[in-house]
Amino acid sequence: MNQLLRYATLPVALAISHAPVAAQDALPEKEAVPQPSSIGSFTDYNAKLLLTNGVSAIDGASGGGISDWATIAGRQESRGVGFQAHVTAVLLPDYLYQSHGLSVGIADRLELSYARQNFDTREVGAALGLGRGYTFNQDIFGAKVRLFGDVVYGDELLPQVSAGAQYKRSLDGPIVNAVGAAHDNGLDFTLSATKLFLSRSILVNTTARLTKSNQNGLLGFGSHANDGYALHFEGAVAYQFSRRFVLGGEFRSKPDNLGLGEDDWLDIFAAYAPTDNLTLTAAYADLGSIATFGGQRGAFLQAQIAF
Amino acid sequence: MLCSAILALFFMQQPPADTIDWDEEFSVETVERDPSTGEVPTDPYDQSNANAGAVPFEGESMAARFGGQDGIRRIVERFVDLNFADPRIAAIFEGHDEVRLRRTLFEQFCYILNAGCDYTGRDMRSSHEGLGSRKADLNAVVENLQQAMHEEGVPFAAQNRLLAKLAPMKGDVVER
Ligand code: HEM
Repeated sequence: MNQLLRYATLPVALAISHAPVAAQDALPEKEAVPQPSSIGSFTDYNAKLLLTNGVSAIDGASGGGISDWATIAGRQESRGVGFQAHVTAVLLPDYLYQSHGLSVGIADRLELSYARQNFDTREVGAALGLGRGYTFNQDIFGAKVRLFGDVVYGDELLPQVSAGAQYKRSLDGPIVNAVGAAHDNGLDFTLSATKLFLSRSILVNTTARLTKSNQNGLLGFGSHANDGYALHFEGAVAYQFSRRFVLGGEFRSKPDNLGLGEDDWLDIFAAYAPTDNLTLTAAYADLGSIATFGGQRGAFLQAQIAF
Repeated sequence: MLCSAILALFFMQQPPADTIDWDEEFSVETVERDPSTGEVPTDPYDQSNANAGAVPFEGESMAARFGGQDGIRRIVERFVDLNFADPRIAAIFEGHDEVRLRRTLFEQFCYILNAGCDYTGRDMRSSHEGLGSRKADLNAVVENLQQAMHEEGVPFAAQNRLLAKLAPMKGDVVER
């Protein structure tokens, strides 16, 4: 555990700068015979293949950074209960986003997740009359079930398919209502398909999402003018350079219920597993316009531990 | 007095007859290895390349990336060593015919990589029936194969291309 804590506090930037080198010598020349690691009677050894538990998306579900995938959190398979915890920061020109969360993967079938999002408006808060450094907060409780298929094995044309639901609760009810949102809480529904095409070393994910969320729910749900569910699309493509290193891009479409010019999201990401239980993710994310302040592009950084 | 009586009785005991076949008595099955190949004979089965469970690659490039038959042999030797020594899965391999496994796995990989071999082993379903392996065990086997291929310097994309041929066999080699 001590060792884990030490790894968890490794400067993210340092690991990223090492990633391309590590990609080549990710495995030492003659690695000792793998040893089982177990943290209790619930868990087996690290039963999943590296990185096949995904990283934690900002909604708290396992996936890429900004899109949810059909993966199940944690490193356990059919007999085990796996855990995953993450801390994420997105550094934007006008805002500072931070989130953290915990998820449980039961028997590689059911994923339960919780994430807390904190969105610091910094100077914009003053400009919007909320006060400098006003911070929007949101809790997200998610459940995702793997319906069928396997990310890695089986027919290459049969992906792993999962269905999920997320209950999002903004903690800024009066303000999101004042901005024009119809609700301060809402439900998202997702259907995802993920496959690692081993013959090309390429992982592909597509997700359909029914949502009313404004900026992911941080600005509430729906609006008085537009309170219906809309179908949105999330996509991710990643290339696997080694067992421990992937590079990819993501896209996520979003509604603009509030008429504030809300944009779709894009990112380019690198995920690297320096140890079997730690994943570091760095991305360059383009979040477009947020609350009328455009050009929100910046660094997405995440550290995740999983068992 | 009592002591010497006991000793006397002790020395009067018959030694156990050496005609008793103790293996028979405790129903121990002895494996008769073929003296020339060192393998344990199997029940008869139909030999066919189709038993390898995958369509081989075309052309020579994959075989070249794996270092030809010599490279494939080194990979399989190391792969089998790793599997038998891996505490996660050693119990499943224990007691199985390691000599035969080294030969048949070599043939299978060599056949699939189009490096000039025929596969003479059994099909994946019947050879893995009753082993009780789970997907987690398959993942362990895959990690060991990745390790063996890495040590032989097989480029990662080529490693994945071989795994792509093996991945569809999951339903045959995993039971739970
Ligand atoms: C796609 C993955 C796999 C491939 C390609 C494969 C290939 C083979 C081959 C070619 C044989 C020899 C068949 C014969 O003797 O005629 C064999 C036997 C065997 N395999 Fe696998 N195998 C795979 C997965 C596994 C897994 C996951 C386990 C367990 C952890 C396993 C354990 C064994 C054992 C114990 C034998 C010996 C069976 C016996 O002696 O009757 N294999 N395998």
